Amino acid sequence: METDQTPHFRRVAILWLIATAILTPIVIFVLGPGLPPGNGSVQASGQTADNIVLLALSVPVAMAVLVTLGYEIWAFRERNLNGPVLDGPAITGNSSIQMWWLIITTTLVLFLAGFGSVRLLQDGSGGGQGPTPLVNPTGHQHALQVQVLAQQWEFTYRYPQYGGIETPTLELPANTLVEFHVTSLDVVHSFWAYQLGVKADANPGEDNIAYVNTKGPLSFAIHCAELCGVWHGYMFETGKVVSQPDFATWIKAMQVQYGPAAKSLPPYSTHYFPEPVGRGS
Amino acid sequence: MVKRSILVLSATALVVAAIAAYVVLYLTNVPGTAQAAQSSQGAHLYLATVAAAELSDPHPTWVSYYVTNSQDQNWQHDTTFTVPANTLVHVTIFQFDGDSGLRNNFLSQVQGTVGGTMQLNGKTVQTINPDDAAHIFAIPALGVSIPLQGVSSNAKNPCGNAPCSMSMAHNTVTFTFRTGAKGLYRWQCFVPCGAGTVFDFGGPMQTVGYMDGFLKVV
Amino acid sequence: MTATATRAAGAPPLQRRLLGFNLLTGIVLGVAGYWVAYALAGLIHGASLDSYAETGQSDVQIMIGYFGGVVGFLAGLGFLNYPIMRILGHPPNIPDHEVEEPGMAKFLRLSTDHKVIAMQYMMGIGVFFFVGGLNAMLIRTELLSPSTHVFGANQYLTVVGMHGSMMMGMMTSGILGPFANWVVPLMIGSRRMAFPRIEALTFWMLMAAGAVLISTIFFGGFQTGWTGYEPLSDQGTAGYDAYIGFFTLVSISMCLLGLNLAVTIVTMRAPGMTWSRLPIFCWAVLATCLLMVLAAPMLTATLLMGAMDRTMDTGYFIPGVGGSAFLWENLFWVFGHPEVYVLAIPGFGIVLELIPVFARKPLWGYRLAVAGMMGVALFSFFVWQHHLFVSGINADLRPFYMLSTEIISLPTGFTFLCVMGTLWRGRIRLTVPMLFCLAWAFNFLFGGISGVFNSDVPSDVTTHGSFFVMAHFHYTIMGGLIFAFFAAIYYWLPKMTGFKLSERLGKIHFWWMFIAFNSTFGPLFAVGFLGMPRRVITYPTSLIGLNRWVSVSAFLLGLSMLFFLYIVIKGLVYDREPAEDNPWHSKSFEWSLPTPVPAYDFNRIPVFSGDPYPYGETPASTPAGGPEPATAGAV
Repeated sequence: METDQTPHFRRVAILWLIATAILTPIVIFVLGPGLPPGNGSVQASGQTADNIVLLALSVPVAMAVLVTLGYEIWAFRERNLNGPVLDGPAITGNSSIQMWWLIITTTLVLFLAGFGSVRLLQDGSGGGQGPTPLVNPTGHQHALQVQVLAQQWEFTYRYPQYGGIETPTLELPANTLVEFHVTSLDVVHSFWAYQLGVKADANPGEDNIAYVNTKGPLSFAIHCAELCGVWHGYMFETGKVVSQPDFATWIKAMQVQYGPAAKSLPPYSTHYFPEPVGRGS
Repeated sequence: MVKRSILVLSATALVVAAIAAYVVLYLTNVPGTAQAAQSSQGAHLYLATVAAAELSDPHPTWVSYYVTNSQDQNWQHDTTFTVPANTLVHVTIFQFDGDSGLRNNFLSQVQGTVGGTMQLNGKTVQTINPDDAAHIFAIPALGVSIPLQGVSSNAKNPCGNAPCSMSMAHNTVTFTFRTGAKGLYRWQCFVPCGAGTVFDFGGPMQTVGYMDGFLKVV
Repeated sequence: MTATATRAAGAPPLQRRLLGFNLLTGIVLGVAGYWVAYALAGLIHGASLDSYAETGQSDVQIMIGYFGGVVGFLAGLGFLNYPIMRILGHPPNIPDHEVEEPGMAKFLRLSTDHKVIAMQYMMGIGVFFFVGGLNAMLIRTELLSPSTHVFGANQYLTVVGMHGSMMMGMMTSGILGPFANWVVPLMIGSRRMAFPRIEALTFWMLMAAGAVLISTIFFGGFQTGWTGYEPLSDQGTAGYDAYIGFFTLVSISMCLLGLNLAVTIVTMRAPGMTWSRLPIFCWAVLATCLLMVLAAPMLTATLLMGAMDRTMDTGYFIPGVGGSAFLWENLFWVFGHPEVYVLAIPGFGIVLELIPVFARKPLWGYRLAVAGMMGVALFSFFVWQHHLFVSGINADLRPFYMLSTEIISLPTGFTFLCVMGTLWRGRIRLTVPMLFCLAWAFNFLFGGISGVFNSDVPSDVTTHGSFFVMAHFHYTIMGGLIFAFFAAIYYWLPKMTGFKLSERLGKIHFWWMFIAFNSTFGPLFAVGFLGMPRRVITYPTSLIGLNRWVSVSAFLLGLSMLFFLYIVIKGLVYDREPAEDNPWHSKSFEWSLPTPVPAYDFNRIPVFSGDPYPYGETPASTPAGGPEPATAGAV
């Protein structure tokens, strides 16, 4: 058969360039600001920036595949379906293309892994890091410590620096480094503060530390993000970041309001093994 | 041809019947709803907590909540309660079960009620001894949590299976909370009283119709 | 169509035919075995144990009951016959299939014909796929409203768990069961699998597993989802024992299926079928078998530990007595991650096998494709902690697992390159199987890219445990594997059954399913990004619009599956138009055999030569290699 002289590869490359050039700025500037989790905290802003980078990089990759596939289906479709079944050229491979594909995709992947690690190491990214965190933000020795006690099926919070007072709602001061100690009193839960960009699993008998640098006052949604039983879907509430004077007032009011309960609380610890532990009494 | 159609149709009928049985007999098999009584002072709800459900119940060994009335009669095994919005709701709970003790002693304090207190056998209290708790009635979305004092282990005439009469050993707890906007809320017990399960929080503690239910604010 | 319709004069009456080792006997003995074992276990379970008295259920009795039921079921089917005969001193025998047995009865029995077993898998997995799909429709019904609950809160969680478990358990064998069993022996020039009886065993164990899972509703269901995290699962009442029984049977079945296929491919290739001539689908099967054999036993062991916690009061997973919730999470995901590649790799294999046929070109980058699939299989063992990024694992590990997870996208990308390379300058014929293969590429692209988001730890902090992850794995597993599954059905079912499926209706089915699928799962990325966790019965009112859109799309997707069922019933039960020998003009060996393939597959063992994808060299209609057709006139 006669060789096809149409510059298919060049056409695909041009189409890809145009598609990428149009879509990438749209994705970055139109979709980007709406990407989760927003700018409620330093870590949240970092995550949003990460998501923008990931989305922006995925555009040329997706376009490469979609434009190529789309062009192939259009350009190389067998138009004469009722005639004899003819074969295409017996091309079995092209080591140059394979090599370039390998180089480009490896570079992309290594960049993403490196980028993600660098971002992770900058501020901890709000995720639970276990009892011995790798990333301790500056000033963590003076962080506000808040213990998140997950139980079936609500969260309560203890403030060890305020006499170990336990409260049913979460309030945090603005512009403060908060050190969450997330643990569970029964099964595995997960403390997810959406706008703060914090998620840390609550494991029974384990301390899971997550850091967040709060910014200005806001309300944030708290959901349990790990199936913990029948009311898992109902295990949500609203937390608040308030100004620092407001926080001081609030915590004092909590100490007064929940003082009677505080008398029977066990001493503050990073984890608890409440009774009964096993089956049966 | 006819034989094939008969086969296909009977197979379809079988499948539809199986699906219907699955949905009706299992999936939508939920406890009933009880209306709170109304008065000029607001809504009134009368509940009871027992050590074991009635003998004809699918789980006669499980602890459970019941709906009753002001004379502790007419026990119904419902755990969905309908109350009006933006109203004071007066709740009376006849507590017939023995104590199990709290897991989180924070819940030994009354929370979310008018005045932050409850009436335990006529006396106004703010907390109870955490080890004496038999059950808790809590509506986490409304911030309501009421610890229910357990019946002492050497009390005379304790109640076995539901229904229980006033002559049996019990504690009476009353409290008032205010509902807000309309919606569906859930309530639960927080005391590990699901005996025989890990952390005593399985079984009835995880099953709507026993220690969990809904509050319909209409 | 029934046994009596094809019964020749002089054959035994129906009652006599029902007696014997078959499915009916299996069910009867299975139920009897359950009750007998349950009663016997009652003697040892310690009725005086407080926990049993207080909960009213005995896990020991139920688990031993399941064991007795499965043994009874398998005995009723006749699986104990051969071992007992051998123990009694009879010589070994390899079953031979010379004569085609007419009628449907052979499908309701222990058969050692790999083609019969493949059809049994097709029907059996199909039934349980629809059960899982029904549960999915129920989930979306419940999620139409955050405040009106159609189902009980407990029952809803059981539906969620049953959907996930049924799909994961059944679809891992979804391509290997029906298709690899049928086509791999033919592709390598063998008349049978290495272990025909084990092949049958894997199928019937899977059927028993499905029944065990469904039985959970009689014991109160289970509240843990398909991942069965401890200690929540230990807390559950007896419905969780069904989960343990189900996955134990599934994991053993998977391991044996993988073993059988691997040994067959390695040892039973016909002369000339060298490794470099092996069709790419067989390579995919081999890579999958590697994972099944190595990963499935992890699950069996983990479930055993879970069962011990529930029956013997051990404390493997209970903190406070020395156990750890982390232990379950890690053990489960060491199995769980290779498991999802067991789901993905057969999809790669199907697509790479079919696209050369419909592009009329050889597979582009054969070695690269093999390296890709083997690479994915190998790397899949080194990434599992990406399910645990925020769970409190040692934070030092996270950059490593981020790297390993990103790296696994490299061999996955090879498949895409090979697809694009094969299509390049081809003569593409958009048949129904081809449409499903192209849709695979579209769906898996988005599944893969969303996977990269999840592998990035900062991004994962928001997406872990949310609907974003749900959308990601539905795009890869359903958009990937299930679309490849349908491609394989439309491609091979005419050959397997001898009857055509309507091409026109198939195209309607394809577009309906493709659009409904993307409409269902595309918005779920947004739902997850907007903060909705997984496995919830309620959600913020701001998400009502998106959830309703998704639910309606899901119902349409479900209807497209019913439409497919209509196509199959119309084609196989009513129209019964005989299929041609090679409607796709494929040059793969199985297409040189007559349709339907006779019981003995082919007269003489073929000798293979030439390329596995000899398109572009000779005119179409010459099959690969130089095998002797089984009957005259096949070419």
